[in-house]
Amino acid sequence: MANDIAIQFRLLPDRLGAEAVAGHINRFWEPRMRARLLQQIATGTTGLDPLVVAAAGLVR
Amino acid sequence: MTLLKEPDRGTPAKPGAPTVTVEVDGLPVAVPDGTSVLRAASLAGVDIPKLCATDSLEAFGSCRLCLVEIEGRRGTPASCTTPVADGMRISTQTPKLEKLRQGVMELYISDHPLDCLTCSANGDCELQDMSGAVGLRQVRYGDDGANHRDAVKDASNPYFDFDPAKCIACSRCVRACGEVQGTFALTIEGRGFESKVSAGAGESFLDSECVSCGACVQACPTATLQEKSVVQLGMPSRSVITTCAYCGVGCSFKAELRGDELVRMVPYKDGGANEGHSCVKGRFAFGYASHPDRKLKPMVRDTISDPWREVEWDEAIQAVADRMRDIQRRHGAGSIGAISSSRCTNEEVWVVQKMVRAAFGNNNVDTCARVCHSPTGYGLKQTFGESAGTQDFKSVAAADVIMVIGANPTDAHPVFGSRMKRRLRDGARLIVIDPRRIDLVRSPHITADYHLRLKPSTNVAVINAMAHVVVTEGLIDEEFVNERCAGYPDWAELVARPDNSPEAVEAITGVPADELRAAARLYATGGNGAIYYGLGVTEHSQGSTMVMGMANLAMACGNIGRDGVGVNPLRGQNNVQGSCDMGSFPHELPGYRHVSDDAVRTVFDRHWGSSIQPEPGLRIPNMFDAAIDGSFHGLFVQGEDIAQSDPNLQHVTAALSAMELVVVQDLFLNETAKFAHVFLPGASFLEKDGTFTNAERRINRVRAVMKPRTGKHEWQIVCEIATAMGYPMSYDHPSEIMDEIAELTPTFAGVSFEVIDKLGSVQWPCNPKAPAGTPIMHIDEFVRGKGNFVPTPYVPTDERSTRRFPLVLTTGRILSQYNVGAQTRRTGNVAWHPEDVLEIHPHDAEVRGINDGDLVTLASRVGSTSLHAKISDRMPTGVVYTTFHHPVTGANVVTTEHSDWATNCPEYKVTAVQVGLTHPMIPALAD
Repeated sequence: MANDIAIQFRLLPDRLGAEAVAGHINRFWEPRMRARLLQQIATGTTGLDPLVVAAAGLVR
Repeated sequence: MTLLKEPDRGTPAKPGAPTVTVEVDGLPVAVPDGTSVLRAASLAGVDIPKLCATDSLEAFGSCRLCLVEIEGRRGTPASCTTPVADGMRISTQTPKLEKLRQGVMELYISDHPLDCLTCSANGDCELQDMSGAVGLRQVRYGDDGANHRDAVKDASNPYFDFDPAKCIACSRCVRACGEVQGTFALTIEGRGFESKVSAGAGESFLDSECVSCGACVQACPTATLQEKSVVQLGMPSRSVITTCAYCGVGCSFKAELRGDELVRMVPYKDGGANEGHSCVKGRFAFGYASHPDRKLKPMVRDTISDPWREVEWDEAIQAVADRMRDIQRRHGAGSIGAISSSRCTNEEVWVVQKMVRAAFGNNNVDTCARVCHSPTGYGLKQTFGESAGTQDFKSVAAADVIMVIGANPTDAHPVFGSRMKRRLRDGARLIVIDPRRIDLVRSPHITADYHLRLKPSTNVAVINAMAHVVVTEGLIDEEFVNERCAGYPDWAELVARPDNSPEAVEAITGVPADELRAAARLYATGGNGAIYYGLGVTEHSQGSTMVMGMANLAMACGNIGRDGVGVNPLRGQNNVQGSCDMGSFPHELPGYRHVSDDAVRTVFDRHWGSSIQPEPGLRIPNMFDAAIDGSFHGLFVQGEDIAQSDPNLQHVTAALSAMELVVVQDLFLNETAKFAHVFLPGASFLEKDGTFTNAERRINRVRAVMKPRTGKHEWQIVCEIATAMGYPMSYDHPSEIMDEIAELTPTFAGVSFEVIDKLGSVQWPCNPKAPAGTPIMHIDEFVRGKGNFVPTPYVPTDERSTRRFPLVLTTGRILSQYNVGAQTRRTGNVAWHPEDVLEIHPHDAEVRGINDGDLVTLASRVGSTSLHAKISDRMPTGVVYTTFHHPVTGANVVTTEHSDWATNCPEYKVTAVQVGLTHPMIPALAD
């Protein structure tokens, strides 16, 4: 699902894209979903869009 | 309230100020130019006898009863077809007119059964009334002549009879079918004395193209077309004005009762949404409310394999409270949640989200709008600043170009569909964007200028290509864009790219480039352009993107902020708009304000004595995932059947099975109740007191026709659960809930039951700036200030056809059934749709050896089911279609988990499937 969000914001410049992805996730995802995403990023789960990985630091 | 008989002025009102003054029997009256003498007289307080005239229809001038004399003019013209002229002096009662009218009435009565005392229309018959009004005392012609008294009654329709013996051939039914409904199923067959009303080409009403909207029954001045319920129960004696509980049009009805028994539902002429029209569901399909399947007692059980045990309300409510609190004690505050219903009133929904936020202590509340119009909420908020449609329904009458995208108004929103057809017959141009050839594409007196038959899932590619044409051909409304919008350059740069041109996307969308270009030019240059859309837009992986794409296009063409334009979602259920307004989404408090907004939360916390969490809660699909993952254990489901309506049912039922406590509040033991531990019987709309908000933001009163058969209002039950959980919630009347809504929701600040009762209905925003409401939004500026162009890149869905699943399934609904069918399957509407069928193109059927009516297997990668095939060239090759009204078919066993990227709205409209012949009917199975 995070990848689907990232694809929508690919048009934006890198930093803005990451902010948009993180902003959307922070705004609409329940904390345990965000925690699971961050855990996946932390454990190096493959298949995540680079923009999602870039947004990780901005996800609360 | 006594039986409400609305005044009938004889001919429709004309627009404009009263500039023409006439005198009727010495009484002066001023009326707009073009008004008929008949109507002017009525407005002056003089009722001229009439039979073929009624104010829902244009004048016809056939009955010769409404004759008048006009000073300075010869003869006795029919007042219905004679327009007023300034200074006209009209006489309606003269010896000459009296004699003429008596002669006319004598002829009518000479061929009419004189069984008034036993006739079902006794007391509600205009022929009877007119006989009295003209002073008819004798009929000289006897019974020996030719007559129609032996004509055979047609009782084929489940809801009304057609008795031609009582017909006076006034053509009101025929005209209502054409002018009001727009179906043109009825005609007058034969000439002179042989003239008779005929449904279709001499078919029975049931077999004809009649859609049973009831307009003909309502228009009939005699007992020729009569509700079976009136025949059986007798003429009603009192009326209650209320609102239909089916689709998002939200029609106003007079519930007409005899004692405490509901006899019939009659569309209310002053209803803002429907103005006296109805469809087969609202008009007739109310029998489910008294169906024997209804459960009226609360029930509990320890496990879902145990039998239900009826209990008293106190025990059921305490069981819910104790078990919810126990789950929270063991698994945390976020381990429980609720789903509110778009079939419930604003007040009922409000208390559910309040219970979740204040008593549960989390934001785990979502609504069934999640699976239909959540992308509308997101997309219109991002672009216009408000999660709602821009227009009132009346606005369509001022549209010059109507673009219908992914919607089927004549089936799913039939009363609005009739409005739209009326405007189309009057000359508006029509663009339909839909894979399926819906009725609007070609129906009596209507032909779409363009039917862009796109491949499912390519909406965004199509809207971007239309935008490409508008931008690259210089069709932009530059003044509107420059003065009222922001973000145009980035959006324009994207859509102007060559890869978004109609030619470039033709291979993706299947839409011929020249047709798409022509349609775009028409929308941009054809005058007022109005977009109407439905779930064919939202239920996609890019549903939100498409909503924004349409909003972008409308802004680019300046088609926002006035009568006749706009971007308008056609909402599926009666209170989708309202349930969203009431804060049913897990990220938003009422009025679409994010839960992270400290100031807003503070206002609520002060009023409620709560501590609302600042983080969003779980959406419905997230609840299911969390249940399977083991972190979500208790769910309260208000009036929804998620085990039938939600996608990938295997996943849904696995989630429900994994929960410790499922509470279902509903009229019936629905599919979801199979997984429930507590069942709380609900109230039908006839027993509710509150408000619904329709697709045009119109807040209408729902008035109780009878007391709740369960002994409790649904809002009371929710309040008692919250109270039993330790958070006291109580109201003496639902109007107090609306007062709280108004106090805490700026767009509802001016709303109260008193205001609605006074105005009839009111469209939000309703506040000190707009005390009478807001029919059209964004007139001078957008709610967010500047309209926001959002770039909308096309991203193909991950759901792809394969060799194993080469077809695409898209789902929808039909006229006679509603949603999961829980209500309409328990009415006479099953006469038209007893089962879900699979529509398949003749070519796709032939290569599979499938004949019309064959039983076929419909399989996707997640499940399969069987249903009968209907071969139809409505479908393009490669696409099949079915409905989800019957649980035995279980269409959503087949649909997948793909969803809109922004809102999680399921992608019901795109599922890769295979279809093949099968043998015996098998229940829906998961792979």
